[in-house]
Amino acid sequence: MSSRMIGVDVGGTFTDVFVLNEAEGTASVAKVPTTRPDQSGGFLDGIGREVADLSEIAVVVHGTTAGTNALLERKGAKTGVICTEGLRDVLEMRRRDRPRTWGLRGDFEPVVDRRNRLEVPERTLADGTIRTPVDLDAVRSAARTLQEQGCEAVAILFANAYANTANEDAAVAALRGVWHNEHVSASSEILPEIREFERFSTTALNAYLQPEVSGYLGRLENALKAGGFDGEFMIVQSNGGVMAVDTACRLPVRTALSGPAAGVIAAGYIAQSAGFDNIITGDMGGTSFDVSLIAEGQSMLSPQTSIDFGMVVRNPMIEITTIGAGGGSIAWVDKGGLLNIGPESAGSNPGPVAYGLGNDRPTVTDANIVLGRIDPDNPIGGKLERLDVEAARAAIDAHVGAPLGLSTVDAAEAILKVANSRMAGAIRLVSIERGFDPKRFAFMPFGGGGALHSGAMLAEVGIARAIVPRYPGVTSAMGCVIADMRQDFVQTINSLVGTLDEAVLGAFMQDHADQGMALLDAARTNFEARELSFELDMAYIGQTHTVSVPLKVTAQDGRITPPTRAEIETAFDAAYEQTFGRLLKGGVRRILNLRSAVTGKRPKFDLGTLGPSEGGSDKRIGHRQVHFGDKWHETAIYDRLTLPVGTVITGPAILTQPDTTVLIEPDLQGRVDRFGNTIIEPQEATT
Amino acid sequence: MSTIDPITLSVLAGRMEQIADEMDATLFRAAFNPIIAEAHDASHGLYHAVSGDTLVQGKSGLPIFVGVMSFAVKAVIEKAARDGDLEDGDIYIFNDAHIGGTHLSDMRLVRPYYRDGKLFCYLASVGHWHDVGGAVPGNYNPAATDVFQEAFNLPPVKLARKGEINQDIIDILLRNTRLPQSAMGDLNGQLGALDLGVKRMDELLDEYGSDTITAALEALGHRAEALMRSELTELPDGRWEAEDFLDNDGIVDAPLKIKIALEIKDDRMTLDFTGSSPQCAGPVNIALPTTVATAYVAIKHVFPALPANAGVMRPIDVIVPEGSLLAAQFPAPTGGYTETILRMIDVVFSAFAQAAPDRVVANAYGTINALSIAGKRKNGQPWVMFSFYGGGHGGSSETDGLNHGNAPISTATIPPMEILEAAYSVMFRKWALRPDSAGAGAHRGGVGAIYEIEVLEENGAEAFLFGERGRFAPKGIAGGSEAAMNSFHFEQDDGWHSPPLASKMRGIRLKAGQAVRLETPGGGGYGPASDRAADAVAKDVARGLVSADEADKTYGPAWREVAQ
Repeated sequence: MSSRMIGVDVGGTFTDVFVLNEAEGTASVAKVPTTRPDQSGGFLDGIGREVADLSEIAVVVHGTTAGTNALLERKGAKTGVICTEGLRDVLEMRRRDRPRTWGLRGDFEPVVDRRNRLEVPERTLADGTIRTPVDLDAVRSAARTLQEQGCEAVAILFANAYANTANEDAAVAALRGVWHNEHVSASSEILPEIREFERFSTTALNAYLQPEVSGYLGRLENALKAGGFDGEFMIVQSNGGVMAVDTACRLPVRTALSGPAAGVIAAGYIAQSAGFDNIITGDMGGTSFDVSLIAEGQSMLSPQTSIDFGMVVRNPMIEITTIGAGGGSIAWVDKGGLLNIGPESAGSNPGPVAYGLGNDRPTVTDANIVLGRIDPDNPIGGKLERLDVEAARAAIDAHVGAPLGLSTVDAAEAILKVANSRMAGAIRLVSIERGFDPKRFAFMPFGGGGALHSGAMLAEVGIARAIVPRYPGVTSAMGCVIADMRQDFVQTINSLVGTLDEAVLGAFMQDHADQGMALLDAARTNFEARELSFELDMAYIGQTHTVSVPLKVTAQDGRITPPTRAEIETAFDAAYEQTFGRLLKGGVRRILNLRSAVTGKRPKFDLGTLGPSEGGSDKRIGHRQVHFGDKWHETAIYDRLTLPVGTVITGPAILTQPDTTVLIEPDLQGRVDRFGNTIIEPQEATT
Repeated sequence: MSTIDPITLSVLAGRMEQIADEMDATLFRAAFNPIIAEAHDASHGLYHAVSGDTLVQGKSGLPIFVGVMSFAVKAVIEKAARDGDLEDGDIYIFNDAHIGGTHLSDMRLVRPYYRDGKLFCYLASVGHWHDVGGAVPGNYNPAATDVFQEAFNLPPVKLARKGEINQDIIDILLRNTRLPQSAMGDLNGQLGALDLGVKRMDELLDEYGSDTITAALEALGHRAEALMRSELTELPDGRWEAEDFLDNDGIVDAPLKIKIALEIKDDRMTLDFTGSSPQCAGPVNIALPTTVATAYVAIKHVFPALPANAGVMRPIDVIVPEGSLLAAQFPAPTGGYTETILRMIDVVFSAFAQAAPDRVVANAYGTINALSIAGKRKNGQPWVMFSFYGGGHGGSSETDGLNHGNAPISTATIPPMEILEAAYSVMFRKWALRPDSAGAGAHRGGVGAIYEIEVLEENGAEAFLFGERGRFAPKGIAGGSEAAMNSFHFEQDDGWHSPPLASKMRGIRLKAGQAVRLETPGGGGYGPASDRAADAVAKDVARGLVSADEADKTYGPAWREVAQ
């Protein structure tokens, strides 16, 4: 019986596999080393450890970094561009920015070499008028040149194609007739939105990723099928939804933040199950601390991101704010006597000084080790035998203690204090920028190191409690199993509300809904529900930045009733006032873009199946000295996964599990909820 | 005054920077005009209650404001001292560039921040408004001979008294701009940013107490000073000179000299601009506050890790000769200040290059190229397309220069072509890199750009250009070569023409179907061209960034053997 759902997250070090057996209501987890350069080895090995017969699997959902890595390491395909006469350099000219504000250093090469960017006669004006019809002979000739030059993928980038797709449509048809593979991307298909650099960049990066990502996903799919798998294979997108594997092969640019997005989705579900609708997640890795916000159960989406300088991807993505304060971030004192953390990082290799792999500058993890918060004899991850505490102490003395005149322990505390303050700053900024009060949120750490710092986040930000998921190390893999299927669409409208043709808007909305529903229909997955959502990007005329205006739209039997102009005006006023606090008297309202999303809600599983089993033990398994504030405390150590539901552990305490250390500071307590999460909060007088 | 431990100081430094960053973000989001919203031509910070010195400034605002904002605050401090009526809830507003630096387009709001009934510090917001009256839409008037022809002049006045906005001031402002709605939107945004700053300061002081914050601010100044001194100690002692020229002032066709003598001795430095040209008739003069601020911007490019804090300037003397165009007197026009300060930065870099060539990059393209095209729609509604254009950055010891970058005094991005075409009746025939514009070198400069813009408006339009580097090219360093100069052409019935003053012209009448063509300079090269790797030259040729002829001439024929 094919009743298993599998989530696979391939990270830099480990490939995590989360297996849910729906029939039996059980789940299991496997962690195997990631294989390089071809990640499919680890992928299949991980699944194979938990499931002998692949025909028992109904769904495999994959959170992948294949796209991200290909972009960061510049390992995509040789790509060609066919563009409007006069505009071959848009990709290289960017929006006339620079890598860093100060110093004026650095250069930039786009992923498409100038030799492979060819111009053809064609021009559409901003109002959609075709000024010059596209010269199709020139398109075919350019295609031949690009083929001769060895291009494996091609992108069509025409000016104002968002306003009228006719020239691009004709060029794509001609090009597909002569191109030697299916890797053809057109800007109006990928992102029919005004702003040529953002549209061209997204389209060119899509083309650049197509051969690589579709090759990788194809290998995985074939290997799964060869093992007897006959279920649905799906990929997590940056927006936190999943898509069918063939959609991912066509739109690989939408996987740019696939892995981290799955983690946030899981965090949201875990929190909601545990009764928290408002959470801020904090994923602490080797080089960075990634923060994301979920309000009323909804994760925040940002419209675009830069994968690297000049490499802009414009697609809705789960908003993840990254600061350079990870476990491997280096602590140093500047010439002005100020203690700094990062941005330089020792990462996970060579890693902290205590790893003994060659780094001699102290990191945040070294401070945690020196203060007894990490067990030097049982390092998590299992790669090393033990940690070199003395080396960590010496490094902290030399680089922080001596210049600041502090003892080893005070210097280590200082490192944590400054690192925590930076992390708290990121949490504050993420919530405040969105107009939320962080005190209303719970903090959810995940990744290996976050749970060491949750107490500090409570103290620094004034957050009431932290919720540490039962398996913080496999959140992304779990998120793959939880995520809904979702497709996003955009279309630039560029019209004043007063002169809007409601029928034109309605036709775009209908088209988006039809396309999205067709994708849901094609999926061999059951959906509990289907949702349509529509937003308009709007502003007053003359204003640059838009506000998102959600539309209340009714759909009956698949037919959409578009909003009236009056309804749009009312919705805009409400959204604008909420964002800026005041309306502009006499301002003329303008619609820039329509954004639509079609979501198929996948059935959820009961997280209780992952909770602590009957029996278990709340006895301590050991103790050691841990430094908090200004003194050492005798601190009890517990085996986290055996603690029964309802156990309350009073701080100071440390809960250990194979891939995470949970720290409960002296004035806090940790309570095990029925899902096995640990809720960290101030000690109550009654307990 | 209490002292402060270094750890709390680290924490507070981050917290206060965040307040200024949040003020920046608030204005960028709310502003109406794209010069603020997209190009981030704005800035916010905290300033000393007595001296007006910069204490903390946002990281995302325009670099030039990092030094100049304290002069705006000082101007308000003086005004308040004269009038003797400073109160909690007051907000001052002004754009007078002779008092506050930069140019009249920059509207400055300064708000005293009180704690427990006592003045604690000032908060300030500055943003570049789209239009503030004057002879030319957008205020880049290359023919202005005094400030009155440039824009409406507002000295520091109270926009709000004890929290009550004075509507009269707003009415005056809105009557003196071609774009009142844009101005009102920007003003609202700036007021919002100041409100937010007050709220965040309240929270910070609630948490830490005013003694701790005062001590932290004091300590941050000492730290900034210590950092600067330590950097200077690492450089060799000596005196180095450099000079460069502006094409002209837009009125009199004669070059204007900017000269520097850079002197470093132990942990002190002097930037002496003696020998620079006298005050001129046209708008490339700059007021003293701008000059001092520019020295700071140049220094921060040489030492990027320095904080935005007045303490940095304590070991530095800036000598500006009286009567020079770097210390212009009211009512001399200053609208084109960007060109002059870019040249100042160039000479500072050229001087540093002699002391420590690895510390600086070669000259960037060196002109803001403020190009506006204005017309009227069929219904009589006026429009003004106003933008700055990019060019190449200088080569460095590590890499070639960046192609098509923004100006060193700015972090502004360029508006998308499609946004401009959707908003104005124009079409870009070309938006491309400019081959053969980079200065040659072991690491060549970045290349500049070509923008060719055709007027679509049926009854035509008028173009205005305020540029530079039409006669003096951006320089290389450490043996690197000069880049190509700025070049501007406009189409008339009898063919293409160029401006008599090279890079400045107003009122160019264009019919529908006629175009202007702006070709911007590249950046200067780093190191001798003979040191450039043959395969790097071959790649440039294959990519069409350097022509084969130019490559032969500049680098010799070796590249042909590895031609791609």
